Amino acid sequence: MTVSLTIENLSAHYGQTQVLKDLSISVKAGELVSLLGSSGCGKTTTLRIVAGFLAPTAGHVRLGDRDLTTLPAHARDIGLVFQNYALFPHLTVQENVAFGLKQRGISSADRARRATAMLERVGLAQLADRLPGALSGGQKQRVALARALVIEPPLLMFDEPLSNLDAKLRVDMRVEIRQLQKANGTTSLYVTHDQEEAFSISDRVAIMNAGRIMQLDTPEVLYQKPANAFVARFVGFENLIPMKTIARDGAIVTAEAAGGAKLHLSQDLFGPIKDDFVLATRPDGLVVRGQGEGIPATLGTRTYLGRAYQYKCETAAGEITANGALSEMFEPGAKAVLVPLPEQCCILDPENRDTTSRPD
Amino acid sequence: MTARIHPLLGAFAILVFLFLLAPLVIIVGASLSDTTYLTFPPQGLTLRWFANIFEISAFRNTAITSFQVAILGTGLSLLIGIPAAYALNRYRVGLPKWLGTLFILPILVPEIVFGFSLLKSITIGMGLPVYPSLIIGHALLVLPYSVRVVGASLASFDFSVEEAAISLGCPPLKTFFTVVLPNIRAGVIAAFILAFITSINDVSISVFLTGPGISTLPIQILAHMEQFFDPTIASVSVLLMLVTVGVMAIVEATLGLTFLTK
Repeated sequence: MTVSLTIENLSAHYGQTQVLKDLSISVKAGELVSLLGSSGCGKTTTLRIVAGFLAPTAGHVRLGDRDLTTLPAHARDIGLVFQNYALFPHLTVQENVAFGLKQRGISSADRARRATAMLERVGLAQLADRLPGALSGGQKQRVALARALVIEPPLLMFDEPLSNLDAKLRVDMRVEIRQLQKANGTTSLYVTHDQEEAFSISDRVAIMNAGRIMQLDTPEVLYQKPANAFVARFVGFENLIPMKTIARDGAIVTAEAAGGAKLHLSQDLFGPIKDDFVLATRPDGLVVRGQGEGIPATLGTRTYLGRAYQYKCETAAGEITANGALSEMFEPGAKAVLVPLPEQCCILDPENRDTTSRPD
Repeated sequence: MTARIHPLLGAFAILVFLFLLAPLVIIVGASLSDTTYLTFPPQGLTLRWFANIFEISAFRNTAITSFQVAILGTGLSLLIGIPAAYALNRYRVGLPKWLGTLFILPILVPEIVFGFSLLKSITIGMGLPVYPSLIIGHALLVLPYSVRVVGASLASFDFSVEEAAISLGCPPLKTFFTVVLPNIRAGVIAAFILAFITSINDVSISVFLTGPGISTLPIQILAHMEQFFDPTIASVSVLLMLVTVGVMAIVEATLGLTFLTK
């Protein structure tokens, strides 16, 4: 049974503070969507509203054709995996996994069979009689996963499930979670603050800030074509250079940065061409050269990255971080130009006040 | 390697233990004395004062009352204290800080004042008979133990476990009994024992709330001492000590004593 999850115009308040602002997400049947953002962006609040632990002040949550908005949490039939595992300390691994089946009135023989089968799938059948206290973090999270999956829920939700594990295990577990989720085709909502985790595990990622979704798209699009300055910064476009269009000549747009530096940019980079825009690049999208068409800069601190040198650069448009080839090393204080690589640039609208807060 | 202990420190420690234990030794000695007045060291040895307890019906009756009041009062205090402790921990963020302090007031207010105010409010004010007054009075007296000890257990309980159970289809009330309660079991038992012992030993509340025909054992001991001053008092005390030792032995055997001091 695969169904879609629809979150419509959700608003939530803690006291006077609005933590979710008219938030809408649609997760297609069988899809895994991540909510990604720093703490306080509203991602966990969203998950807790869908789970039924918090009530929204406005909006609806639908699972397939069921409206969950006013349904009590225990009647929602959602599999939840928590950051701190939340296993029942007084029950064995087997009893933990069978707990949800017991609530559904399934006979004890069936419970045992299904719990055992699920424990085998997560590779823990031999630990069935242990208490959770005797398990490692990774094993605990596998039990939690088995416990959530065994009830065959139409929706699985993960709340930072890997945050308490060490780096190596985190990578292994996210592959495992993804495989199990795909094999079952369960619609899933995954909350994390870890960009790499979100991008590697998800079909689509919603980048959130201050109770809003800044962009919801595939990891590829988010990484290469951020839709706004916030998302751009979030995915590593460190340099946001305000520009003005001063001329158009066929497919070439001529634009000017603060300080008068002119750049000729292909029209293909743009959607509709605006008078004011922001040129966004990662450090490796701006090349430090001795000469050429680019933004004049005075070089500052140089860092060796292995594949390139990275320079802190002073320009009329502000401080910019750019990379230079290993073959051409500049000393601090040298004059150079920063040449944008078109395939690694993004054209964005100028930042409005609402989206200027930086991710931390 | 054994740590070196300064001889003075050793001597001091022995003195402290003597100070703690000597009164108990004296009571045991006095209870065995073959005299009609309390004395130590005992002159002659006899168990007749122990037999005497059971011949005096007032001791029998008040002992029964004391146990009934202790069990029912403690039970009542847990019925109020467990939900209160749960709410105080679960909704800590949203609740005012003074609310928790409210539940330890019976410890903070001098017992004699507390007893008198109970007399004024429930016995006189509400006109309740002696027996229910005693139970309510003792329940309030031991409520701080229920709330604090159960609360200490709940403080280390991870409430996301409760949410996990609810998400798996277990209704909230059932979740409390099947998931929360088993995990705070030790705290509930510890609260019961501390409250029970406090109730059994209480004089200051009971002295106000007991009335004609109904009394508790400590009150009866006081009354008997005023009238007779014979070794029966000592033997009752020894029996009460044995009950306490017995309870502690059961606790030690089942849960380990350390959890009472945690």
